[in-house]
Amino acid sequence: MNVPYRWLREYTDINVEPKKFAHEMNMTGTETTGFSCAADTIKNVVAGLIEKIESHPNADKLVICSVNVGKKDNIQIVTAAKNMKVGDLVPVALDGSVLASGKEIHAGELRGVMSYGMFCSVEELGLTVNDFPGSVADGLLILNNGACELNVAPGDDICRVLSLDDTVFVVDIVTNRPDCLSIIGVAREAACTFRKPFEVKKPVYTTGGGNIADYLSVSVKDVELCKRYMARVVKDIKIAPSPLWLVEKLRDCGVRAINNIVDITNYVMLEYGQPMHAFDYECVGGGKITVRRAENGEKMNTLDGQERELDAETLVIADAEKPIAVAGVMGGENSEIKPETKTVVFESANFFAPSVRKTSKKLGLRTESSARFEKGLDPLLAEEALDRACELICMLGAGTVVDGTIDINNAKPEIRTVPFEYDWINSYININASKEEMIDILERLGMKVENGTITVPSFRSDIENKYDIAEEIAKFYGYDRIEPLFFKADVKSGGYTKEQKFEIRLGEALRAAGLDEILTYSFVSPKCFDKIRLPSDAPERNAMKIKNPLGEDTSIMRTSALPSMLEVLARNYNFRNPAANLYEIATVYIKNADETKLPDEKKIVCAGFYGNKGDFYTMKGIVESILAAMNTKTCEFVPCKNNPSYHPGRAAEIIADGKKIGIFGQIHPLVAKNYGVNDELYAAEIPFDALYEATAPEKTFTPLPKFPAVTRDLALICKDETSSGEIEKKIRALAGPCLEKIEIFDVYKGAQVAFGHKSIAYALVLRSEEKTLGENDIDQIMTNIINGLEKDGISLRR
Amino acid sequence: MELNIREQLEQIRANAKEKLSQIKSSEELENLKVKLLGKKGELTNVLSQMGKLPAEMRPAIGQSANEVRSFIEDRIKAAKQQLEELELQKKLEDEKLDVTLPGKSFRTGKKHPCSVVLDEVKDAFISMGFTVASGPEVEYDYYNFEALNIPKYHPARDTQDTFYFSDDILLRTQTSSVQIRTMEKMKPPIRIISPGRVYRIDEVDATHSPIFHQIEGLVVDKGITMSHLKGALDIIAKKLFGENIKTRIRPDYFPFTEPSAEISISCFKCGGEGCKFCKGEGWIEIGGAGMVNPKVLDLLGIDTNEYSGFAFGMGLERLVLRRYNIDDIRMLFENDVRFLESL
Repeated sequence: MNVPYRWLREYTDINVEPKKFAHEMNMTGTETTGFSCAADTIKNVVAGLIEKIESHPNADKLVICSVNVGKKDNIQIVTAAKNMKVGDLVPVALDGSVLASGKEIHAGELRGVMSYGMFCSVEELGLTVNDFPGSVADGLLILNNGACELNVAPGDDICRVLSLDDTVFVVDIVTNRPDCLSIIGVAREAACTFRKPFEVKKPVYTTGGGNIADYLSVSVKDVELCKRYMARVVKDIKIAPSPLWLVEKLRDCGVRAINNIVDITNYVMLEYGQPMHAFDYECVGGGKITVRRAENGEKMNTLDGQERELDAETLVIADAEKPIAVAGVMGGENSEIKPETKTVVFESANFFAPSVRKTSKKLGLRTESSARFEKGLDPLLAEEALDRACELICMLGAGTVVDGTIDINNAKPEIRTVPFEYDWINSYININASKEEMIDILERLGMKVENGTITVPSFRSDIENKYDIAEEIAKFYGYDRIEPLFFKADVKSGGYTKEQKFEIRLGEALRAAGLDEILTYSFVSPKCFDKIRLPSDAPERNAMKIKNPLGEDTSIMRTSALPSMLEVLARNYNFRNPAANLYEIATVYIKNADETKLPDEKKIVCAGFYGNKGDFYTMKGIVESILAAMNTKTCEFVPCKNNPSYHPGRAAEIIADGKKIGIFGQIHPLVAKNYGVNDELYAAEIPFDALYEATAPEKTFTPLPKFPAVTRDLALICKDETSSGEIEKKIRALAGPCLEKIEIFDVYKGAQVAFGHKSIAYALVLRSEEKTLGENDIDQIMTNIINGLEKDGISLRR
Repeated sequence: MELNIREQLEQIRANAKEKLSQIKSSEELENLKVKLLGKKGELTNVLSQMGKLPAEMRPAIGQSANEVRSFIEDRIKAAKQQLEELELQKKLEDEKLDVTLPGKSFRTGKKHPCSVVLDEVKDAFISMGFTVASGPEVEYDYYNFEALNIPKYHPARDTQDTFYFSDDILLRTQTSSVQIRTMEKMKPPIRIISPGRVYRIDEVDATHSPIFHQIEGLVVDKGITMSHLKGALDIIAKKLFGENIKTRIRPDYFPFTEPSAEISISCFKCGGEGCKFCKGEGWIEIGGAGMVNPKVLDLLGIDTNEYSGFAFGMGLERLVLRRYNIDDIRMLFENDVRFLESL
């Protein structure tokens, strides 16, 4: 919201530098995000009186003007403008002047004739046609155009003439302070901040006879949504532009001037924070106003020219037949103030905040009015605002106020009181403010303090209890005066839980395996399931759907970490990065069967890579290093042929204690293709909980072996489909307790072995805990292994 | 005869001395050693003539012969040592490498920049006796809004445009939901932080992301005042940004704290003077805070006559972007390895 310094000073006498003003206001809770002053930019532009206009000797489209700029000699200005005549006062940018855009103007020759400056349009002064009555968009600004009164003489600085020399602050009002969405509200805060007097004069006006009852009747059908409805009628209306002082204030607040009647309603809204509306009385059918809910499907055109379809949730102001305004949001085109309007109905009402908010959201129509109503206004404000509007009518001579006010008031008069516990306030905030200082602050804010009780003014709906009072004291006493202290508390040990420590170590292990951590969105596209080739009945497809997503690509909560990983791998591939090695501890969201319950949020450890000539065994090595680092129970790796996202011959399930704790392998080439990757992708997915639960008991020290070990090599021939894992299991069973370690050192397929067969060579390490193994012991073990394997068709390679 | 042998011995000594001084390799040395001292060597040859000498002369000649042998042996040993030294030197010379060639890579992965900063924050709080709590991201409206004193149609909801699954279930817009869940489960004294993802409807651009991270903090105990809030923020800011960092709070509004405050720290680029980085303000806003609203404590059955508390929330991404001088929040979620590996 814009706050012109000059307007604010009408209520309180503050004269500090704008920078200091902004800072102090920030420190007392009126966030002042910036300030500006047009006169800081516009320099050396003055009012000039055109005394002579002559044709240009070398150009038909140019003329030469002799201009009185308040100096001894007139200056000569060459212009292409057409809309001026001798006797006009216009803004003149003198030699060396600066316009609103920052553009500099210098004297120069125009087709052989010197011009010592330039005439200005409204735009060159940073204004629009709405900011000066009678001005035009495509010509000079004629200051004495008769549309408004202006006290100006040749040579006057244009910034002073047009009040462009005021500082305008931009403030951001917190949502619980609708009272501050007004010049008066901000002025009250400022007065308290600077400890200056503050006064709002009661509006004074005269009425011109008649009786409102002869004009208008109002009935409020929904007193919940409309707590108070006030109206006055003004007759003998003379629609005209508002005086310049009023237009300038609206301009500085960023509100477009329209005509005196509409401008008065906007002026009062800006000043008091109470939105008002003016209806053309001729258009209020039957002289009857009904405040009611719209009928479903009822339509009306709002002032912005849009047709709006309404429903029963929407409160409207209607005449005898039709809606003429959406309550608190926007008026209707059908009752708008027109140049020929003769009689006006001023509305000043109090609408129920949630209802206005709901309507404004539903219609996608946020206005200055709805922004105020939706925060909850003081019902007393309606009366003050209506009086002020009548006062302005009289001041502007815009019409005659008819006697009598309609006031349908269903707001409960409520006087809130809060005990004044100044000792408690001092200890709660930990400050040392005197009782007198506190009372001073509270009184400046409009509260009364009597006999240990604070009476809260009705416009401060945010103040309900002693904590709210404590906040007001703290704000105006100064947060910066509160001394920082470290809290003393019972001895209480903080720290990470076992599971949190596990996760920290897991991250370390993943990075030690060469993987970079990534962060991906928790919501994904529903198309991702097809991309990872999930069957149509896969339970993962049953994901949580966001009702109002940003777009389809981010519309469901992920049930698998794989699509996010593949997307990032693919993105890096498209960036032509030669390799990527990544991990994420990603949360997935598993829908609850009972949809009124929250989903199960599970963490999945997901690794993925491509490039660097990595293969299945690279990923297996990564997985093994993670399992080792996390002290996972001994795991088996079982071929996994049926996961549709993975290569059927290059994927394995990780099994610990007979339980599946994860999967890894090459991503199915069709899946890679779906992500636009023409290379081998590898991934691993291990649910965090499964991994955590598969942790082996902490290792303890076992004495180092006393007896020496013997190594024996064993080269075997077996069928191609026999897996090394099976053979290893058999060897372990046949060898007995003396087999300490078994390692593969060669796998061979080719001319040296029969077709359909392969050779695997193992190195066995044998050791007894009781003695040094002799040749006989070793031979016996080896014979046992070889004979045992022979029975299963696995023979010694000779 | 005797003289002849003595002469021969002397000659062998002189000859050996000269030849040894010219030796250039271990091989030559070995050959010379055989030639002088071997079974068919010069010295053996001379000694074989001893039998022809009279018996009384043999001891003296024998002694001379032994002297010559040990002289030669010593000299060979010395020469050998010298040769070995030379050869080692040559070997080392030959093995010389271009040390400016690149090293063989063994790279470990990198933490995401958000995790780097978050881990520092967590460690800082852990060292102050806090624990780390967590709560669901898909949350009930109750925990995200209602219980935090933000009823339906409260204008404060405007600033937190929310993704909904149903009327009651949403993606949390603030980690403050964990305050309520924590106070439901724990009795004071409470001292927790809760970092996590939060979600708001925001079109993606350089400064907006629909997903970002917050770090929530909550302390509830006897006699907690606003001074303690200021003190805790001060310590944390110093731990995270350095001893010279100043903290400032100024009034703000949150429905679940009363009084409420906005937290700023002095700009870590200019130290508060005002620079491009802090848009000339000298201060950088890092979050919101306040005394826990008694309405919230009442709702959770915590006796406000006995206990009070403070809470704060900070945005993580803002800290990360500032710290690493990143000008586009999208970089954090794009996960380009060139970006991830550059930090």
